[in-house]
Amino acid sequence: MPFKPQIVAELATIIANDPVNAEYRHLIAECSETAAAGAPGQFFQLLCPQPAGEQPYLRRPMSIYGTSLADRKLEFLYKVTGAGTRGLDLLRAGDKLDIMGPLGKGFHLDPAWRHLVAVGRGAGLATLAPLARVARQQGVNVTAVFSARRPDLVVSVDLFRSQGAEVIVVTDSEATSGPANVERILRGLIAERRCDAFFTCGSSRLLQVQQRLGHTLGIPGQVAMEQQMACGLGMCFCCVRDFNVAGQIISRRVCSDGPVFDLMEALP
Amino acid sequence: MSRVTAVDLSVTIGGLKLRNPVMPASGTFAEGLDQALDFSRLGAFVTKTITRELRAGNPLPRVVERPGSLINAIGIPSKGVPHFIEETLPFYRRYDTPLVVSISAPTADGFAGLAAELSLPGVAAIEANISCPNIEEDGNGFAMRPESTAHVTEHLRRATSLPLWVKLTPNTGDMPEVARAAEAAGADAVVVANTILSMAIDLKTFKPCLGNIMGGLSGPAIKPIVLRQVFQCAKVIRIPIIGCGGIATADDAAEYMLAGASAVQVGTATFIQPTAITDIVDGLEAFCMHRDIPRVTDLTRGVIIEEADEPDLAWLNPPT
Repeated sequence: MPFKPQIVAELATIIANDPVNAEYRHLIAECSETAAAGAPGQFFQLLCPQPAGEQPYLRRPMSIYGTSLADRKLEFLYKVTGAGTRGLDLLRAGDKLDIMGPLGKGFHLDPAWRHLVAVGRGAGLATLAPLARVARQQGVNVTAVFSARRPDLVVSVDLFRSQGAEVIVVTDSEATSGPANVERILRGLIAERRCDAFFTCGSSRLLQVQQRLGHTLGIPGQVAMEQQMACGLGMCFCCVRDFNVAGQIISRRVCSDGPVFDLMEALP
Repeated sequence: MSRVTAVDLSVTIGGLKLRNPVMPASGTFAEGLDQALDFSRLGAFVTKTITRELRAGNPLPRVVERPGSLINAIGIPSKGVPHFIEETLPFYRRYDTPLVVSISAPTADGFAGLAAELSLPGVAAIEANISCPNIEEDGNGFAMRPESTAHVTEHLRRATSLPLWVKLTPNTGDMPEVARAAEAAGADAVVVANTILSMAIDLKTFKPCLGNIMGGLSGPAIKPIVLRQVFQCAKVIRIPIIGCGGIATADDAAEYMLAGASAVQVGTATFIQPTAITDIVDGLEAFCMHRDIPRVTDLTRGVIIEEADEPDLAWLNPPT
């Protein structure tokens, strides 16, 4: 039987790569079916173009912002922060981008869950976005709590709302993003029976709020974690983090054991 | 016009026949790569280094990139021998690709014991990673010096009848003597080489970029250095050399074979291109076809060193 890879490295064609606000860019690319089959919470390793004066050598991990199997499309939402993302920012429609994926273990939706709560901050919102689409397809309600420095830096609110999700925005500039206020909001959702599970990414403080609530009130959850990566395939062991598994500290690879982990096992 | 219509890619390394001369380098390969790479097309499998003790690995950060290169200080996290025998070995038995098991230990006796225990059905060869820090040699790898290389290789040779590959370090000042010591002590092949000891400092924080302070440099940047060491070793030993250092393309592999390698290992390149190994197999075949070379083994030691032409200065002193 001929070998058929489940993970591909290929040249995708850029369809669009546009600013969303002062910090974030939205990249859409056309790719193979295998790549477009990426699931929420999974990621790709991108071989970024070289910006002037910089030579990023390794691929850069980037969580999936959206996929469309029918159109063979893949979307990423990224913040320009380093040599890799400065390189990505150079891409224009028609250019090629070397993508490798889909990688890692994504979010798991229990069919018994009817109401999900997504809590994200910064680029973490991009990772949670594909959940909104899948939840909608499965007739599951989503409430999203989005945290950012300022209201103009919140991303993917429209995407969530277009999928029928309610979005609550908290910001540093309005002094609404502190753990106490987020806990108050989450307790309100729980009291209204609108929280069967937590899904979170992008903030250690918000992770701890959910862990506390989850532990006290018996609510399960999942967290998508980040770590510096080299291979992305579980070979090099550079992206390890510690996890608390039934009282034992266990080292796991974010790239291949995750990047989505059980909410309660993650250590901030 | 090329006359060669099929290239024989097979090679024999210290008694072990491989379908082609391209295999992964230890530490840059694991079971999960089977999602992206056709494992039935590799020359061999080479495992991540196994130690007897459970090892957590080094503090983070464990890698930092530099132009054309990667510095790593992973620290050989290891789940020990039982985990390898129960979990890893059965996975690789599903393929008819030979399995080379990389081992490390702090002492020569430790190396010998581990080699004996891992000389199991389904294991085709032992690769002794004697290029890592150890306690007997005061923080240096065994392969830093010819004497310690001979010592550990003799112990290993007595412990296993499997083909024994010894992986050398490029950090020694006397690679040819170390290679000669390994050959004399009974190694069936040497792997030249491991990573180059190196360092990087973060200019924002003034701190080292790696949790371990120093690490091993790999990637295309190190290729000319290790290629030179393969060439030097080939001049003094007859056992096969497996070239390893910055190989990312079939041209790199061909260059290593011309310098003296009988096979090559591909490491860091797999992090950038997961199909690098099979791409290099295809590329080597095309290279040989194009150059009318019927057997890939014809490349080994094929570098042409012209005798230095003495300039003819006789005309300066015409006979009288």
